[in-house]
Amino acid sequence: MKTMVLVGTRKGCFVLEREGEGGWTTRGPYCEGWPVFHAIWDAGTGTIFAAAASQWHGASVWRSSDLGETWAQSSEGLAYDGDGLKLSKISGLTAAHGRVFAGAENPGVFASEDGGETWSLVTRLEGQPGSDKWNDPANQPPGNLGVPAILPHPTQREHWWAIVQGVGIFETTDDGASWTPRNEGLRADWPLEDPRVGYCVHKLVMSPVDETRLYQQNHVGMHRSDDGGLSWTEITEGLPTEFGFPAAAHPHDRDTFYVIPVDPGHGRTMPEGHAAVWRTRDAGSTWERLDGGLPQRDAYLGVLREGMAIDARDTPGLYFGTSTGQVFASDDEGETWAEIASYLPGIRSVEVGLVG
Amino acid sequence: MNAEVRLPATLPPLFPGLPRRLELDAATVGEALDQLEERWPGIRDRLCEPGPVLRRHIHVYVNGERGAVETPLPAEARVDVIAAISGG
Repeated sequence: MKTMVLVGTRKGCFVLEREGEGGWTTRGPYCEGWPVFHAIWDAGTGTIFAAAASQWHGASVWRSSDLGETWAQSSEGLAYDGDGLKLSKISGLTAAHGRVFAGAENPGVFASEDGGETWSLVTRLEGQPGSDKWNDPANQPPGNLGVPAILPHPTQREHWWAIVQGVGIFETTDDGASWTPRNEGLRADWPLEDPRVGYCVHKLVMSPVDETRLYQQNHVGMHRSDDGGLSWTEITEGLPTEFGFPAAAHPHDRDTFYVIPVDPGHGRTMPEGHAAVWRTRDAGSTWERLDGGLPQRDAYLGVLREGMAIDARDTPGLYFGTSTGQVFASDDEGETWAEIASYLPGIRSVEVGLVG
Repeated sequence: MNAEVRLPATLPPLFPGLPRRLELDAATVGEALDQLEERWPGIRDRLCEPGPVLRRHIHVYVNGERGAVETPLPAEARVDVIAAISGG
């Protein structure tokens, strides 16, 4: 079996791969060196999709059906026609139930039913609390991602969640026709005009073995839900900081979950220059630092929200990529790590696929 | 022909068969873009935003003068499409 790690960088998409337990090789850059925000593997169709935004040529979604050897791109339908609203980038991609979702900035969700050849607008979440303000540039955070991620329900095609950056999580059970904010119990260290929204959700993941168990890395704290996102409980205690971007849920154990805390504020790198991934095996009651093989000093590494991935092996592999171009991998659930790429462009996303 | 169109190097890798330089019969820059779109579907999205208006960092010059989508093309015009300096 081949392990394929897709790395989205500021200068194109790269593929790191190995057969079995062999050495890692690197291919790329792909997508003509366009800045890539998120590259994903759609196991259902055997397609790589990469959301990219060229400074010159705008936003588009690239696709490859031969593991990256050849590529095409299309943005047909990726626009807010007629209302003056601009689409600056596709921030996040999700493949589920035979289609691909694209989360966009300004906030909106598009979908493709034909393998990425054409796209259509699904929703802008009109009328939801906060929506009257989120298209105002004055209310948008630096590097605004709009809708950075879509989380699909594993079995219900019309049931999914969308994150609006700086606003929170919204749930739909009718394929985007109606929405409910799902931020009950989250903390905000700033005034809220409407307590239903105003939360900064960085990453939302679901346990693959329990659809009621969700975890999120938030701007302020780690949080867990045991009721499918209806309510949230903070589980930050025991972590070195409350701030971070990525998160990964164990494929076989609902209580095991990984995060990479970083310093808040401007730095947003690993505390004290000591690289580490943190794991809980008890749903956030306790946390353990995993740093075997990671640099222990002078390593001011940052990892963005799509920068960590976990595979579905019996003993899952973990992977993360840094904003300074290193990729680290672990074959033993995070106990020990190896640096499998050292000099890539700044990394925005890491995803993994098991092929063959 | 009434216009020689020169395209930036960033475009041909996206559209198989697209040359850097080609000749078109078109009355305006917009018509030239229409003809390019007919032959290489999707190319307009790479040069224009909805409107269509030229993307912010795509500059078009007609006989050396900065142009826009609606700019007319005189006979024997030279049209330079430039990917302007952007980022590092």
